[in-house]
Amino acid sequence: MQLEPNKYVKELTQEKYKYGFTTDVHTEIIEKGLNEDVVRLISEKKGEPEWLLDFRLKAYRYWQTLEMPTWAHLTIPEIDYQAISYYADPTKKKDGPKSLDEVDPELLKTFNKLGIPLEEQLALSGMAVDAVMDSVSVKTTFKETLMEKGIIFCSISEAVREHPDLVKKYLGSVVGYRDNFFAALNSAVFSDGSFVYIPKGVRCPMELSTYFRINAANTGQFERTLIVADDDSYVSYLEGCTAPMRDENQLHAAIVEIVVMDRAEVKYSTVQNWYPGDAEGKGGVYNFVTKRGNCKGRDSKLSWTQVETGSAITWKYPSCILSGDNSTAEFYSVAVTNNFQQADTGTKMIHLGKNTRSTIVSKGISAGRSQNSYRGLVRVSEKADNARNYSQCDSLLLGSHCGAHTFPYMDIHNETAVVEHEATTSKISEDQLFYCNQRGIPTEDAVGLIVNGYAKEVLNKLPMEFAVEAQKLLSVSLEGSVG
Amino acid sequence: MLEIKDLHASINGKEILKGINLTVKTGEVHAIMGPNGSGKSTLSNVLVGHPAYEVTKGSVVFDGKDLLAMSPEDRSHEGLFLSFQYPVEIPGVSMVNFMRSAVNEQRKYKGLPALTASEFLKLMRQKREVVELDSKLANRSVNEGFSGGEKKRNEIFQMAMLEPKLSILDETDSGLDIDALRIVAEGVNKLKTPNTSCIVITHYQRLLDYIKPDIVHVLYKGKIVKTAGPELALELEEKGYDWIKKELGE
Repeated sequence: MQLEPNKYVKELTQEKYKYGFTTDVHTEIIEKGLNEDVVRLISEKKGEPEWLLDFRLKAYRYWQTLEMPTWAHLTIPEIDYQAISYYADPTKKKDGPKSLDEVDPELLKTFNKLGIPLEEQLALSGMAVDAVMDSVSVKTTFKETLMEKGIIFCSISEAVREHPDLVKKYLGSVVGYRDNFFAALNSAVFSDGSFVYIPKGVRCPMELSTYFRINAANTGQFERTLIVADDDSYVSYLEGCTAPMRDENQLHAAIVEIVVMDRAEVKYSTVQNWYPGDAEGKGGVYNFVTKRGNCKGRDSKLSWTQVETGSAITWKYPSCILSGDNSTAEFYSVAVTNNFQQADTGTKMIHLGKNTRSTIVSKGISAGRSQNSYRGLVRVSEKADNARNYSQCDSLLLGSHCGAHTFPYMDIHNETAVVEHEATTSKISEDQLFYCNQRGIPTEDAVGLIVNGYAKEVLNKLPMEFAVEAQKLLSVSLEGSVG
Repeated sequence: MLEIKDLHASINGKEILKGINLTVKTGEVHAIMGPNGSGKSTLSNVLVGHPAYEVTKGSVVFDGKDLLAMSPEDRSHEGLFLSFQYPVEIPGVSMVNFMRSAVNEQRKYKGLPALTASEFLKLMRQKREVVELDSKLANRSVNEGFSGGEKKRNEIFQMAMLEPKLSILDETDSGLDIDALRIVAEGVNKLKTPNTSCIVITHYQRLLDYIKPDIVHVLYKGKIVKTAGPELALELEEKGYDWIKKELGE
């Protein structure tokens, strides 16, 4: 179908990636390349204790024995790990020491522009933010307010200094450094990310959120986030991310670990909007992420919700280990790929405890020449009596040059398990679009309407403010995809 | 209201319309009849700008404006409505969201502010009554799981919402039982004003028992071969299309 080049489409085109600007700020970047000295240097810059340096070095040595995994349905150009800088600090001023509370106005401006005001009086009501640029946390808001309830919310570097026992106890307890290639790399060189601890019986009164921004060129970002929800606690956590438009690819290799104790509940939502590269497939972020939660306690609950619209390549499987009896896990995902983007994403639900339940709802949307894969594993161990899983994987295709793939794996070792899997593939037809046109709805808006309708089930799981943003994002990401 | 001159159109390189001339004045109801494959649906699709059809010759002026130069959505905004022969299903998109977008796009085009949620829902309740569409249908996805009759009622409901100047009803009677036919036809009649016009495309007389045409045309092999008053429809019902073919010397 031919599109009329009208004003609206032009506006959309220009708006397409509105986070693509760069911040001109003095950034201390260590030399490119990776070796033991670099690992030691990062640890030293963060003033880390000996045990953490040991952890990093073990991970680094193990990583050296590994090769990049090739099982994903992705075409990944060779990455030169020696051509990347592993630490970039935009908070270091050239001229001498500065107070801890003083944040460079340029950085404040950047986050304001991204819609994340870091002055508490301007902040969104009911949301505390940890803002991370490149390798360093710039500022965490409402820290003191939260502390009054015993809630710890700070950067992981600060947590290592201030709460070493908690970090030592849980770091690497869900995703070990031997887990996979990118987990080993992250464990060796990780920089900032957030640390959250919700004490027993506390319901976190505000949404906690971390905003990740890559700014410096030729650097990798190695986010590390650790969330611990103690007995009978509750927290809703949001993660957002953007990066400038650059011609070179940038690497983001993260680990997120979540521990959920007895009767506790954690909701983790992501709106991933890393720069996806241009319409010809040049540039964009490589997003290789290991996210996993352990429903350790009885009656615990973990819910992952993700809206993935960005990145040139996404390799990401937010997973749940259901160890506690009666624990519940959910995975709700919308993954959009357009132009030359590639995504291989899904989840793993590992049922270990009795009466455990998991739900998977995955909605893939492919357009342009992109490739979009769902990959999911449901495992029920011998002892997991009465485990239940329901999986639903839907794919929506726009145009005929894109691909949608589904790779569901099931590994069931207990006869009492009930596992259901449903999958559909559909296409937005020209007749549907024309029907909308005839009623006065332009094609771009019609696509937005249909895509948002299709993804409704997942978007409804997001906190209100995010859901509205995510809806707009879906429409904008697919701009120009019907042609 | 509508002036079609020497309209030629083709699909996939095959010419279907071979010089249509038709003038519809404000307030008139025209019926276009004809055997299968004569180009009736092509004519309605070309008028609303379906991209599969190519206009190779001729002109269409709608309300003083060059219709063929407009995008399909602008033709809608200008007041042209097609009740589809086969309304398409759009899963996941609720009728409420769909109509709200449609109504507000039209308002934007006319420089009017968007309706608030409560204004819109009130409008929807009023218009639903025109075709006795129950509230459950209005909350479902567009046409999804609707019966044939419900789909056609839904088309007329949308017509009520958008208040077009010129409505084209493309075989709106096909697949309807007698009760559904009555409801749909009564809906169309209720929406009729001295300022609106209507083109009814149909095979059969029975719809015209309810929606009385002022003028009846016979379309055959891409051309209008006969134009007369309402009595022509009755004659066709009685004799079939063969006598027209004979008259044309076939």
